[in-house]
Amino acid sequence: MFALLPASVAASGSPSSTAAFIALGAPSLAHLSPLDLAVIAIYFVMVIWIGFYLKSKANTSEEFFMAGREMTAWIAGLSFVSANLGSLELMGWAGSAYQYGILAAHWYWVGAIPAMLFLGMVMMPFYYVCKTHSVPGYLKLRYGQGSSTVAAVSFAFMTVLMSGVNMFAMAEVMKIVLGWDLNFSIIVSSLAVAAYVALGGLRSAIFNEVLQFVLIWGGALLVPILGLIETGGWSGFKARLAHNIATGATASGDYTHMWRSMGHFADNPMGIHWTGIVFGLGFAISFGYWTTDFLVVQRVLAANSLRSARLAPVIGSFFKMAVPFIVILPGLLGLVVLTNSDGSLMHLVGENVVAAHPGAGLHSYNEVLPLMMVRYLGPGLLGLGITALIAGFMSGMAGNVSAFTAIFTYDLYQPHIVKHASDKHYVLVGRIVTIVGVVISIGAAYMVMNAAGIMDYVQALFSFFISPLLGVVLLGMFWKRATKAGGFWGLLIGTLTSIVLFLWVHFYPSALKYVALSPDAKDMAENMYRALWSVSTSVGVNVIVSLFTKPRPIAELAGVVYGATPLPTEEPVPFYKNEWFWTAIAIVIFLALNIYFW
Amino acid sequence: MHSSGISIWFFIGVLLTIYGAMILGYGLYELTLPQMAVANYHASVWWGALLLAVGLFYGLRFRPGRNA
Repeated sequence: MFALLPASVAASGSPSSTAAFIALGAPSLAHLSPLDLAVIAIYFVMVIWIGFYLKSKANTSEEFFMAGREMTAWIAGLSFVSANLGSLELMGWAGSAYQYGILAAHWYWVGAIPAMLFLGMVMMPFYYVCKTHSVPGYLKLRYGQGSSTVAAVSFAFMTVLMSGVNMFAMAEVMKIVLGWDLNFSIIVSSLAVAAYVALGGLRSAIFNEVLQFVLIWGGALLVPILGLIETGGWSGFKARLAHNIATGATASGDYTHMWRSMGHFADNPMGIHWTGIVFGLGFAISFGYWTTDFLVVQRVLAANSLRSARLAPVIGSFFKMAVPFIVILPGLLGLVVLTNSDGSLMHLVGENVVAAHPGAGLHSYNEVLPLMMVRYLGPGLLGLGITALIAGFMSGMAGNVSAFTAIFTYDLYQPHIVKHASDKHYVLVGRIVTIVGVVISIGAAYMVMNAAGIMDYVQALFSFFISPLLGVVLLGMFWKRATKAGGFWGLLIGTLTSIVLFLWVHFYPSALKYVALSPDAKDMAENMYRALWSVSTSVGVNVIVSLFTKPRPIAELAGVVYGATPLPTEEPVPFYKNEWFWTAIAIVIFLALNIYFW
Repeated sequence: MHSSGISIWFFIGVLLTIYGAMILGYGLYELTLPQMAVANYHASVWWGALLLAVGLFYGLRFRPGRNA
């Protein structure tokens, strides 16, 4: 499929020589054949079919917002991972792998696995036993309405922005790869998502997430397989990369080890220290996201039993550990296999360089995955790869919209606007809010077009809202002394801390050395340390305020706090069905991967 | 998932069966064409066949009316 590559980048030299990349441009990377278009069209027909089919299964609020709590561990687990496998995963991290090397895999391993296992084994019993419908719902049970409302408002704000990010990212991909108009992509995807979520509710979103998960593997797995065949396996890839670095064709750096360069901020291209990775990413960001972000927790709450709810994140962790194979590896392989039409090595550049040279035919880091697809996938397979991208983006949107709908209806509309209405009324509100959420997301998508970088933008959002929420939820779940006032002020001041730190560095970049504790720190490190400060502040304020205010009686904390909650006894099962057994296996694989790529 | 009627695995089976048939069909047709560098891997043939096999398995295994 080399013929599909544009004669666009006639550059050579190092990534730093910007002018060297200016070359003839091409409107898009590929043109789809009728077979590819048929593959894409069939996907859209399928998702709408699922939406209409499930409409009759979403009549009550429990069915519409919680999928009837009927999901098996496998469905909930795949949906749990898939809801996170949106635009950023596929495009952004492949680009980051091309730019930073295998360091990007930290976001899949230490930045996800411990938190997922902690959610399943430690936190899920409390979420599940109290039968909450959302994370703000848990806060209401534990801390009262104030904390719940703060969390609900911030989460609703974040989800529609995230949905907009997904929408914009998809439209960008379609524009770059296929030359499709941005507006066309946004409208078509929005209508499809609005249709199947408004019709089938969370069950429809979960079904489509599982479908998307299969499509992503079916469509994207071929790229690293063919890439490894071409380079002669992992050893062959490393040999070619070493040769390119030795000859100056590729910027020098350690692209294939994860921890060796983490001793000092200046030793790695991300400008991160291992403390930032372990405590900032591995705890503040990761635990915040995987254990308190309702977008993912909602999928597990829909499980059909406590054992399924605990197993779901464990099942998800295995697939999460495997995702770098279809995301990180293609980015790495792109370093040695992507070539220009004249046979010279292609050099991808930052978005700002591409934007500074319109029409020059430059490609950004984020385009590495589509470029790899175009390189390896023929008619039909390319359509499947593009469908996988579309499905990933739409799934991300649907996940955010369905979570937004549940939060708005349960945690804002019901307690503050119409307190006592029929179940049917809230389902109708849910369907309307789904449409409204999509419309707001469209507005957010157009707003994101003016944002500097998608990744930094999302990272900032995480630390604004998610990390302080983690502090409040953890203390609430494991410390009986935490009070209503402590939770409220911890959440509020933790969030404000994050926003203030972000603005401080944004307007005074030199402040980064104070936030990240090093003059050599870079943007990624800033996000991690900001999250760490935020969760620390949240916990600190919560503890101090709680110690000066009156705690709730222990009897009122039953079902929501460790030590005050009798956990249900689970039926004995064979070891291969036991969640602890699979957790142990996941831990072993997680450690092995980190040691192998140390 | 059976309490909700058609299983999600059935939908997945149907989709993979259709995709597998289409891609395998094109791959077989492609064998008759002059070969390009990467096309030498014949990915459309073996990947299409794999999708078709997986799709048929799930489509039949989880077809409506059959108890899993």
